[in-house]
Amino acid sequence: MRKEEYAKPSRSLTTSSSEVSRREFLKRIGLLGGGIVIYVSFGDISSRAQQLTDFNAFLRIGADGRVTCFSGKIEMGQGVLTSLAQMLADQLGVPLKSVDMVMGDTSLCPWDMGTFGSRSTKYFGATLRHAAAEARAVLIQMAAERLHVPPQRLTVKDGQVIDSQNTDKKVTYAQLTRGKRIERHLTQRTSIKPAFPHTVSGKATGKTDARQMVTGEARYAGDIRVPGMLYAKILRPPVHGATLKRIDSENAKKVNGVKVIQDSDLIAVLHKYPDEAQKALDKVHAEWEIPEPKVDNRNIFKHLTASAPPRQTVTQSGDIEKGKRLAAKTFESIYFNQYVAHAPMEPHTAGVHIEGKRATVWASTQTPFWAQKEVARTLGFASSDVRVITPFVGGGFGGKTRNQQVIEAAQLARLSGRPVQVAWTRKEEFFYDTFRPAAVIKLRSGLDRDHRIVYWDYDNYFAGARSSQPFYDIAHHRVSSRGGWMDGGDQAHPFRVGAWRGPGSNTNVFAMESQIDIMAEAAGMDPLAFRLANLTDKRMRKVLSAAAVKFGHRFAKTPSRKGFGIACTDYQGTYVATMAEVKVDEKTGYVRVERVVCAHDMGEVINPLGARLQIEGCITMGLGYVLREEIRFKGGNILDENFDTYELPRFSWLPKIETVLIDNPAMPPQGCGEPAITPMGAVIANAVYDAIGVRIFELPMTPERIKKAIIKG
Amino acid sequence: MMQAIHFKLNGKPVNLRVDGERRLLWILRTDLGVTGPKYGCGEGLCGGCTVLVNEAAVLSCQTPVKDVKGAEIITIEGLAKNGKLHPLQQAFIQHDALQCGFCTPGMILKAHSLLAENPEPTRDEIIQAMDENLCRCGSHVRIVQAIQTAAKQMKGGKQG
Ligand code: FES
Ligand code: FES
Repeated sequence: MRKEEYAKPSRSLTTSSSEVSRREFLKRIGLLGGGIVIYVSFGDISSRAQQLTDFNAFLRIGADGRVTCFSGKIEMGQGVLTSLAQMLADQLGVPLKSVDMVMGDTSLCPWDMGTFGSRSTKYFGATLRHAAAEARAVLIQMAAERLHVPPQRLTVKDGQVIDSQNTDKKVTYAQLTRGKRIERHLTQRTSIKPAFPHTVSGKATGKTDARQMVTGEARYAGDIRVPGMLYAKILRPPVHGATLKRIDSENAKKVNGVKVIQDSDLIAVLHKYPDEAQKALDKVHAEWEIPEPKVDNRNIFKHLTASAPPRQTVTQSGDIEKGKRLAAKTFESIYFNQYVAHAPMEPHTAGVHIEGKRATVWASTQTPFWAQKEVARTLGFASSDVRVITPFVGGGFGGKTRNQQVIEAAQLARLSGRPVQVAWTRKEEFFYDTFRPAAVIKLRSGLDRDHRIVYWDYDNYFAGARSSQPFYDIAHHRVSSRGGWMDGGDQAHPFRVGAWRGPGSNTNVFAMESQIDIMAEAAGMDPLAFRLANLTDKRMRKVLSAAAVKFGHRFAKTPSRKGFGIACTDYQGTYVATMAEVKVDEKTGYVRVERVVCAHDMGEVINPLGARLQIEGCITMGLGYVLREEIRFKGGNILDENFDTYELPRFSWLPKIETVLIDNPAMPPQGCGEPAITPMGAVIANAVYDAIGVRIFELPMTPERIKKAIIKG
Repeated sequence: MMQAIHFKLNGKPVNLRVDGERRLLWILRTDLGVTGPKYGCGEGLCGGCTVLVNEAAVLSCQTPVKDVKGAEIITIEGLAKNGKLHPLQQAFIQHDALQCGFCTPGMILKAHSLLAENPEPTRDEIIQAMDENLCRCGSHVRIVQAIQTAAKQMKGGKQG
């Protein structure tokens, strides 16, 4: 299998109307020579086709027998390129290596909302399986006619249809499809006969694009070269909200080979070498009017609580007042977390090449179809005349959804008349990050005399509601949310915020599962026993028990001085239980995470190796926001500009990581790129408490914060 | 100041006339179109731009091109010999020691220089040597395993 690369600007796009002709479309997907194509128009409603076509997934079996999946999803390290291909190969009865994936190319793939929220396998994968099942049925029908064998007798294997009673009687997919063009359009879910036994899905499979990555063949947006291309460096304000008062670019203009472009607020320097463009930009003299900073890291929480919109109920049950009355002990805590950056290793990058009334775009993006729309609007082109190609993407984590760099490249390509690449510097990447929002959680809860949780009142400021529904048995609860990362929460922040790997959930699980530990201690119970005593959800009990077995230590009433922590969550259907072991240096406040055990029930596991890799990645990345990562700012001034002050997790932080995948094939596959990162705050906070008897209510738990908390007692 | 600069890049001679102060990273990526070395920070803080200069791992974003006159430079593109992957490349595939792959060229070349100096590193030595190379996807566990595997392989004399 390989990732198909359409790096060259396409010469085959000949239509200029907003509708692409049918013939043109078939040509694009390589079907003029014959083959089978299956369109699917159901599945993830968010991916419902909105423009070119009325289907949201399709696959092609070419006259050469190769199978191609066209998906508007993108691969950015989360491994869907491999897992989707596995699902397809399995259902269709072909070896993995004969599957090609075409992803995130707006000219070839059906419209898709974007790649985020651990939805690709869960929704798109399920749709794809339907398409494959249909293709298989078509192939069997064709083979039945050709071999004169009733279809019931036929089986598929390795790209062939075989007579089960006479295995010499067989025909390859390529022979069947050659010279014919068969199109099927599925509009309804059929009951797919699962392709059991799975031979490809469920098997640990290394990333199929790994070879390209280790040889340097993998091309990211910044690696695409177009003849005559210029690199642009753009003048940026020193702080968010600054306005330009005066500009003098005379010195920049004197640099050899430089083009200075000024179009109202967009001021850029273009050169055939990016470093030369940067040097020239540094010669631009600009004066700015800078607004008085109102908020900073210290007063941000006060500001947020003061500017929050009213409570919106997420879920409730029972009667909160009654719950309060039933409580023998009540608990009240406030949890905080600071802004966190996405900081993918590849900064936002885009290249735009305009030819006449058409444009080709290479973008580092999680939302290629939105990029297409934005570029079309910027250039005044029809959307169908803009082709966005998503090459390899060097990490996204929710941060590459807004395509600002794509719009900039499009504007500059138009203004300069040349192909233009915009690749943000690390400083720009920090400056324009759509940060994970700082947030405040006010949480009140209560236990009755039997140590049962009877009352839970959850008031969430700006984190976003995801994963905040309690999964414990709590008779009287009310969960609310104000100004999440999606719904207008933007206004209260001094800069833009957005989704960050496991959006909302990281904050929510930190607060919820810290509170559970506080109550466990008050109940005089160990944190695992307390959880189990308040939990009837079987799946969650199983996940907790599986983690506990692997963890191998007994929990005791906290603080046991052993440094053991526990936390669990339901992330959009994936159940996670994490246990950790930490050491805390009480003099320096430094936390060393020694070991993390994570059990996952994500339904059917398509690629166990890929799943483990994602879980390990979540745990490692999670250590960052839990222990160190926070954006320091003063008003709109982002003080962190590079990795010297904004510290990412490193090799020397590595705990021992163990993952447990719970076999649950009866449940359709759920997501796995995000869930395991979300309990990291609580599991470490609980372990720190268990180690030193000091509770930390704010993320990240930097050594300074821990030292302060120790002194406070 | 423009000057003539020669070096060997992945076994082939390169002759340039460039401003010697320009950073090697951009010379490689743009002037020479060798895009394996990646820009991640531009300030010597991430290791994404790592290349081998006379076998040693060097941060190309910090290296003026005049400093590599006459040197032997290897980028990720030059590691495989006649289509045969280097044991480190093999091991990174075998262990799935990558996710988005953006840090991978720098990781592999950094590990290469470690193994050249210390063919049998302990786990701690690997961690210490690799600590300046950042990976946002969190592939660290497997990168360490891959380096251990490659070290064993190379000791077995399969390829240096
Ligand atoms: S780009 Fe050179 S160290 Fe980061
Ligand atoms: S694999 Fe993505 S940064 Fe390392």
